[in-house]
Amino acid sequence: MYTVADLKKGLKITLDGDPYLVVAFDFVKPGKGQALYRTKMRNMINGTLLDRTYRSGETFEPASLEERQMEYLYKEGNHYTFMDQQTYEQVVMEEETLGDAKNYLLENLKADVMLFGEKAIGISLPNFVNLRVTETEQWAKGDTSGNDSKPATVETGYVLRVPPFIEEGELIVIDTRTGEYSTRVKG
Amino acid sequence: MKMDALWLRARVIKAIRDFFWQRGFLEVETPLLIPANAPEEHINPIFALPSRQLQTSPEICMKRLLCGGHHKLFQISHCWRAEERGSRHLSEFTMLEWYRVDFDYQNLMNDCKDLLQHVSAICLPDRRSYRHNGLHVDPFLPWQHITVQEAFLRFGQVDVLDCLRKGCYEEILTGVVEPALARFDSPVIMKDYPVELAALARTKPDDPELAERFELYVGGLELANGFSELTDPIEQRHRFEEANTARRGAFQSELPLPERFLEGLATMPPSAGIALGVDRLVMLTAGADCIDEVVAFTPEEL
Repeated sequence: MYTVADLKKGLKITLDGDPYLVVAFDFVKPGKGQALYRTKMRNMINGTLLDRTYRSGETFEPASLEERQMEYLYKEGNHYTFMDQQTYEQVVMEEETLGDAKNYLLENLKADVMLFGEKAIGISLPNFVNLRVTETEQWAKGDTSGNDSKPATVETGYVLRVPPFIEEGELIVIDTRTGEYSTRVKG
Repeated sequence: MKMDALWLRARVIKAIRDFFWQRGFLEVETPLLIPANAPEEHINPIFALPSRQLQTSPEICMKRLLCGGHHKLFQISHCWRAEERGSRHLSEFTMLEWYRVDFDYQNLMNDCKDLLQHVSAICLPDRRSYRHNGLHVDPFLPWQHITVQEAFLRFGQVDVLDCLRKGCYEEILTGVVEPALARFDSPVIMKDYPVELAALARTKPDDPELAERFELYVGGLELANGFSELTDPIEQRHRFEEANTARRGAFQSELPLPERFLEGLATMPPSAGIALGVDRLVMLTAGADCIDEVVAFTPEEL
């Protein structure tokens, strides 16, 4: 249990059944008046921001969050299934919750899944993933159009810009933080 | 950046000192470790020893000096209030207090104007404007005066006494009224507080429900709190006891009463006194939005 004295940026609490991250906090106290604790919080499931003001004496439940390494198994419709390799426990995440992470999910990829109770609410991927190019146009030698990149589709279906010399079947490294091509894997 | 802020801080403090010396005030130092502060419902002192607290304000000792025959006093000292930390609060902070015999709160408002003009002319780059949250406030423009009742009605369309009864006074004050006061380009005096919000202030002769207390706001930042002093020892003891009753009701420890202060109060001449947050004045001078920027070390940096 937290009290108002524990409130600070970065604290994670449960509010109306959802986990919230405190993103801004200030202590306000008018002369001769009672102290107020002003917070801005982000819902960790849907990202909405909430302003709440508390008075001393109020208490909060911590958000019981746990990050566990899991392996991506398969996709069915909008649902992505992950499994804990130690306990064989499986969780399902919706495409909306995954956000851009879905672009890099290849079967057997290991990622850290954030759990709020039983519910998977987010995922942190490795900064770099290797994915194979399944479709891209041939680079015509002597092309003087000046284009220094071309579109390519990788095995997850994700489309990104790559340098002209990349060919179909090549393995490339993608930075999952920006979604951009990083380098190619030789050999 | 911090080095500049510390130079500015030193200049502001020197300007304050010069201001009061030039006007014939006696600069005093009173003990920081005292047996009793004035008990307040919402101010928690820090106990340094079982029978000694750090001062939350130098008021008790300074008023005893007024009873002892001194007429114009000022002090710049550290004060401590437990569990107060925010962008405008430090648990240990620097306070300026000054007291004048045969003065009332109206006279103190003029002192405030003279002091803010003096500090701005010496310490500010353009010799005029304080800055807060990107706004400029010019102490040489005519100052705005508004009563607490008018302010709550005008900016919040609510009655302040109603707010006090319903327990939403602080929310309306900090959420609605203070942001509205921030829009003025001159300092604002908010005055005539309901008596329950003025534990040591004299009531207005024509309205016993209102106290002769005011707050000085610059750019929406509460800078100083002044009042005509209550000199009735019976009424004063009664108000202290009420504060302790309220503390009991809120599961806060009761606080000892400053007995010697109460004993001497009957001999205190009519006077007025005011407390001004020095760190906040430096913030306004530096254009800093957070108090951390104007102190040598924050508690977290120790």
